[in-house]
Amino acid sequence: MQGEVLTAAKFDVDEIRKQFPVLSQKVYGKPLIYFDNAATSQKPLSVIHTITDYYSNYNANIHRGVHFLSQKASDAYDHVRVKVKEFINAAAQEEIIFTGGATDSINLVAYTWGRKFINEGDEIIISTLEHHSNIVPWQMLCEEKNAVLKVIPINDAGELMLDGLRKLLSAKTRFVAVSHTSNSLGTINPVDEIVDIVRKHAESIQHDIPVLIDAAQAMIHENIDVQKSDFDFVCFSSHKMLGPTGTGVLYGKTSRLSQMPPWRGGGDMISSVSFEKTTYNDIPYRFEAGTPHIAGVIGLGAAIDFLNNMDRKAALQHELLLTRHAQHVLSGIAGVKLIGTAAHKASVVSFIIDGVNAMDAGMYLDTQGIAVRTGHHCTEPLMHRFNIPGTIRASFSFYNTLHEVNILGEAVKKAIAFLKR
Amino acid sequence: MNGQRNKRNRSNMAASDIKQTEEEIISDFDLFEDWTQKYEYIIEMGLKLPPIDEKYKNDNYRIKGCQSSVWLNSYEKGGLLYFEADSDSAFVKGEIALLIKVLSGRTPQEIMDAELNFIDAIGLRQHIAVTRANGLASMIKQIKTYALAGINKP
Repeated sequence: MQGEVLTAAKFDVDEIRKQFPVLSQKVYGKPLIYFDNAATSQKPLSVIHTITDYYSNYNANIHRGVHFLSQKASDAYDHVRVKVKEFINAAAQEEIIFTGGATDSINLVAYTWGRKFINEGDEIIISTLEHHSNIVPWQMLCEEKNAVLKVIPINDAGELMLDGLRKLLSAKTRFVAVSHTSNSLGTINPVDEIVDIVRKHAESIQHDIPVLIDAAQAMIHENIDVQKSDFDFVCFSSHKMLGPTGTGVLYGKTSRLSQMPPWRGGGDMISSVSFEKTTYNDIPYRFEAGTPHIAGVIGLGAAIDFLNNMDRKAALQHELLLTRHAQHVLSGIAGVKLIGTAAHKASVVSFIIDGVNAMDAGMYLDTQGIAVRTGHHCTEPLMHRFNIPGTIRASFSFYNTLHEVNILGEAVKKAIAFLKR
Repeated sequence: MNGQRNKRNRSNMAASDIKQTEEEIISDFDLFEDWTQKYEYIIEMGLKLPPIDEKYKNDNYRIKGCQSSVWLNSYEKGGLLYFEADSDSAFVKGEIALLIKVLSGRTPQEIMDAELNFIDAIGLRQHIAVTRANGLASMIKQIKTYALAGINKP
């Protein structure tokens, strides 16, 4: 606890903010306060410049041309695979598949691993906290295969109940897919413990049970070590970790990926094509059909560089400070109720206001220059669990300030005074 | 022949009524300097809109595609269609109040023909229609569906 208090001074927010041009603007005449970081993060100059540089100076298709530009673009693209591998400590760069985003990554696993290995009556386990993108692909698979989807329950604080997981595990359990961090509540799940429980169960039933981690919300905050945690699959999006939209990553253990059939056919994923028979390329290219989002991947590389070059520990401490301060400020306002009060939590604060519609309040905050998200945050089943239609969600990043949180508190008070009549 | 002409005349007359009402709203909104004032005005309108009978607050009357719950009821009197609606969002109620002001008490044909240019003119569309959160487009669609049903009625 002592160390945490000191870090606010150690972490120079003003200096960091200079790297994010979007933050220095006014909205309706008021300084923009960007508290929608769980939806997407803002981009630092280095990422913006890297993308501009690619299109200005070496735009070319990759892995095809013999010419200078193509070689340069291919090198830059391939180099990011190495960067991602190191960032999450994968065993080999072939374990890094570039996708369109975390949603795309999850769908890839459901369509390839799922279609090959899931059979009638098999059981797939997800959790109550999941984003729709870690629910629907599994539902679609279960529908197609007549398999069963089971859901880990949560307690009133918004924490996964591991006893619930233990109860769900059966002789038919074949796959477990859970989020690392909840996008709606900020709950950080005990993913290492989950893997441990699943591994022990798999051993007892003498059947393989891979674990997929949706790390879309986690990657910008946490250090993920896929080998240490023994994850089978990890999915994440570039745009939530300072990079451009339209790009994401699927990490998979080599042993898993090499078992999986291709899903999209096209260029780059083939070894040779004839009208009689096509043979497929090795991983990772087998899963990267067509011209990829080259600028997106190169931009993701710049985002990883940015994260690597900053004091991530101090940044995380700063985010925790903002979160605690926001919880303190908001819970002190009459009529405000925090939703999701997990002990282990990322920089997301979800709340409702008694007698005030969440969207009305969100729009009021917008008039004050404050960007939040309202609604169900693509987690409708989770909202049902709390018996609410949605929340107001403020999500913080390391470039936010305590002063901004104070302004949020004042604006919420004003919103209540205006809307609750 | 005669009836048809009457119908057209009435349609022409009331079409300008819709236009006039839209013009009134536009000039009201011209007084506001920024979006904040417009937002506050719409909320005020919403808070003033009378609630509908609880019996209409069920899924049969609910409009899909809105982040907030919206219930819309329609009834016909003397060849004219009337609307009443409610929502858990004051802002959405304000939007409904604007739509009711323009469209309630018109013939089905007038409602179908209404272009509703005021939504763009008062700067509402740029603030809400781009987001999926707001169901203004769904509300208009539902109102027009009622109107179409009115036209097709034998």
